[in-house]
Amino acid sequence: MADDRLDILSISERWTREGRKVALATVIETWGSAPRPIGSHLVIDAEGRFEGSVSGGCVEGAVVSEAIDVIETGKPVTLEFGVADETAWRVGLSCGGRIGVYVEPVTANAA
Amino acid sequence: MDLSILSALNEERLSRRATILVTDTTTGQQRLVRKGDDTATDPLADEFSRRFRSGKSGMIEGPDGASLFLTVSVPPPRLVIIGAVHISQALVPMAEATGFDVTVIDPRTAFATEDRFPAGKLRAEWPEDVLKDHPLDSYTAVAAVTHDPKIDDMPLISALTSGCFYVGALGSRKTHGKRLERFRAEGVSDAQIARIDAPIGLDIGASSPAEIAVSILAGIIKALRKEPEPAAGVA
Repeated sequence: MADDRLDILSISERWTREGRKVALATVIETWGSAPRPIGSHLVIDAEGRFEGSVSGGCVEGAVVSEAIDVIETGKPVTLEFGVADETAWRVGLSCGGRIGVYVEPVTANAA
Repeated sequence: MDLSILSALNEERLSRRATILVTDTTTGQQRLVRKGDDTATDPLADEFSRRFRSGKSGMIEGPDGASLFLTVSVPPPRLVIIGAVHISQALVPMAEATGFDVTVIDPRTAFATEDRFPAGKLRAEWPEDVLKDHPLDSYTAVAAVTHDPKIDDMPLISALTSGCFYVGALGSRKTHGKRLERFRAEGVSDAQIARIDAPIGLDIGASSPAEIAVSILAGIIKALRKEPEPAAGVA
């Protein structure tokens, strides 16, 4: 496997085992030009520390603040980001991509 | 995600086993599907098998209309080359450029030298000794190019029984005919034997070692990316 220090799912597991409250964000849908592919992860803890990426740095701040809510409520949410102007990328302006991001809490309780 | 699922998922990934994590994005409910699980009664069985092949994650609609996200984890493809020969010297950089994790195995120390191959890619040992610690799997391709049955046979049979996605063997039709006789005597089934790509590589009229390496690599990529063609006349 790739470098463990950069593997977000391994980091999520390690942080949770360390007793930190953790949320995992995953890119689940992309439309138009998206900077990170479907399946990309960002892991966030209750203090707002994070590793990984779901975009080129544009929406991570918003995902981190939503993730802190998710850690508090324990309920997953799906977020959508991007320039809502559909015509922007159809005429070739690649800055108009949109992404869907699923944010879920990682819980240490047995299923 | 429950820690027990996350932990199981990471363990499967570390062991080079393919998995699909199914997440209901409305309720947060999740389950982990392992490749090889009995999914006969699962309404998503066809979807799973397509996803294991493509390796692509994505949203789907579940049978009851639920919005499901499938996180597909497949190991990076690996190429094991048996034989540190001239063709292999050309094949190693080409395979690396196309994203394969490459290992060259050859017990003949005259061939397996670090002058001829990049350090770290080469194992100057018998295939049985290397494969004992690094078993073959369905995300591995095996190309046997020594012509020597003492070296090629064991890893070829192991590749067939491990379900490697590509198994190729260099040699003339006559050499291959004798190989098949030995394999049948070892109890390898006709269906398994039919999976061997021999003569090795796509038929592009390759002549030089580098051209043969191109044809082998093309055959491997075809096996990785395209649906298998129906077996011709094999039970």
